[in-house]
Amino acid sequence: MESILRASFFIGILASGVRLATPYLYAALGETLSQRSGVLNLGVEGQMLMGAFAAFYVTFQTGNVWLGMLAAMVVGLVMGVAMAFVSVNLQAVQGISGIGFYLFGLGMSTLLFQMLLGTVETVSGFSPVTIPVLSDIPVIGEIFFRQNILVYIAFALVPIVHFVLQKTTLGLKIRAVGENPEAADSLGVSVAGVRYITVTLGGLLSGVAGASMSIALLNVFQQNMTSGLGFIAVALVYFGGWRPVGVMLGALLFSMVNALQLRLQVEGIPVPSDLMVMMPYVLTIIALVLTVQRVRSPSALTKPFKREG
Amino acid sequence: MKRLDFAQILDALLPVFATFAALAVGAVMLLVLGANPIQAYGALLEGAFGSANALAETAVKAVPLLLVGLGICIAFRANVINIGGEGQMIVGAILGTVVGLRLPDGSGWLVVPLALLTGFVGGALWGAIPGALKAYFGVNEILSTVMMNAIAVQIMNFLLRGPLIDPSQAELASQIPQTASLDQAYRLPRLVPTRLHLGAVIAMALAVAVYVLLWRTTLGYRIRAVGENPDASRYGGIRVRRHMVIALLLSGAFAGLAGVTQVYGLNYRMITDGSATGFTGSAGFNGIVAALFGQLHPIGTIPASFFFGALLVGANKLQRVMQVPSSFIIGLNGLVVVFVVSSDIWRRRRQRRRLIAATRKEERETPVTAGLEVS
Repeated sequence: MESILRASFFIGILASGVRLATPYLYAALGETLSQRSGVLNLGVEGQMLMGAFAAFYVTFQTGNVWLGMLAAMVVGLVMGVAMAFVSVNLQAVQGISGIGFYLFGLGMSTLLFQMLLGTVETVSGFSPVTIPVLSDIPVIGEIFFRQNILVYIAFALVPIVHFVLQKTTLGLKIRAVGENPEAADSLGVSVAGVRYITVTLGGLLSGVAGASMSIALLNVFQQNMTSGLGFIAVALVYFGGWRPVGVMLGALLFSMVNALQLRLQVEGIPVPSDLMVMMPYVLTIIALVLTVQRVRSPSALTKPFKREG
Repeated sequence: MKRLDFAQILDALLPVFATFAALAVGAVMLLVLGANPIQAYGALLEGAFGSANALAETAVKAVPLLLVGLGICIAFRANVINIGGEGQMIVGAILGTVVGLRLPDGSGWLVVPLALLTGFVGGALWGAIPGALKAYFGVNEILSTVMMNAIAVQIMNFLLRGPLIDPSQAELASQIPQTASLDQAYRLPRLVPTRLHLGAVIAMALAVAVYVLLWRTTLGYRIRAVGENPDASRYGGIRVRRHMVIALLLSGAFAGLAGVTQVYGLNYRMITDGSATGFTGSAGFNGIVAALFGQLHPIGTIPASFFFGALLVGANKLQRVMQVPSSFIIGLNGLVVVFVVSSDIWRRRRQRRRLIAATRKEERETPVTAGLEVS
């Protein structure tokens, strides 16, 4: 028990909390884009699993993590386009088609894993990049500046997505299409085009989220390795009030709880591990209850757009 | 009139076409993986229907799909998307199993009905929570039911490793996380000398009951009204929120019954491999697929469940003969879901066209001046 009170214990948790936030960040920022344009992409989990497998397999075969990352991006992009086609052109009920894509990703990634690998292998994934000077700052350096590059990119994406949404024409179009597609359409904005862009980008980022698990955080692939993380990422978008910064705070909250939970298990704290694993999911529900009443969702969320003749 | 009938038949067949399209995509994937799709689907068919035993196994697999699917029909008709079948099955099964394990010996014939009822109530409880969160706090039920699944799994793992562990396992080093076996007397009777059990009959009877509920009772009418048009329902005096909760509660109840039926009809104990699928066999998800395929109609869900049960049984054969892992079927089911919900656009389009045609006809037949005389 004494070990809990040491400073290194807390620094360790904070550092791994920052690291564990990466998959949440990629997936939830991508989902923020697609939800702000009015499309609920519930296939995130499936896209993550496919991305995780693609990244792992290519890295395993070539030894090149960047090729692995590229593979994850391509797979995520393709699944994003498929989701966009189904929800924009075919106007399918988004909640259910997303579950379909989840099942597809779950089944396919497991199938490919079993056929192409067979057993759990490991790769040497992205290694930590120590930032000169900054990493020497006591405590802060250890927590923030000795992470792998995917962690840095994930956090850099937060202001980027914020900037794109709030300060660019594309961002204005995205928000217009998500709030009032009829008005956007009458002003000559292509509702379908904007939604294709956001949902495809969302898919791509979900693929990266998967890769960040299989070739950076864990360096293994296992069937269903995301175990609901993609769904939590979708919930984080609600929790963060559809704003990148809010999403980041949510992601950090969750990853910190997760890091604490993992660390306590290692320390042998006498709480059944099953109940500890349960905490993030309970937390998600509580977070949803607390936030949903506070923030209004994009008006056109889940509503397919069709021109009325 | 004749054209209308044709259109209706077309609508009913739409999921079938969609499924064929999904199977075709599946065939392409098999080709890419180096398996002959014709042989593969042949193995699937033979595995599912090739013998009396195979048929019985297909029916066995269909039982939880049908029960979960019936609940899905109720929830989706109310426009409440219940993705929590997995968790509801687990909670129903846990509570129902506790009844069989903990009731004093000699409780006799009462135990099984009581256990089934407890499973029903347990699932209802697990469904009512996200239902109430949706109705009264505006929490998206898709997300909350997914989270409830994960919570149920961990509760199951905790209980089967701790308080509910088989006493004989507790003493062994292996510590397999499973409950003690149910008393012989508490097993659901088998129908024919296969694994097919009474649960199949119960599920079929309940399909009729759900049909009656949805289309012959006030409660069912209200549930459907809430799903069709919540604003109009509210205006018409229906308590919309309450009926959302009821729909998700009932939906959970049927999933709970599915869970407890798996224990009393098939395994006679609960065992966990740490995941939800280990216990449910993904029936909580596949039940959604079956219900969608059956166009959210309880009677249509019967053949749909049988069809997807067949896919699951055939998948085992596929694995043995072709070395294609059975996870292929999970992916295929995902495709079926996507294709079936996507195909709905053609039904909606035709419906709209019919409506427009009917309105035009009416306009032609009623003189424009007809209404003017009154005003």
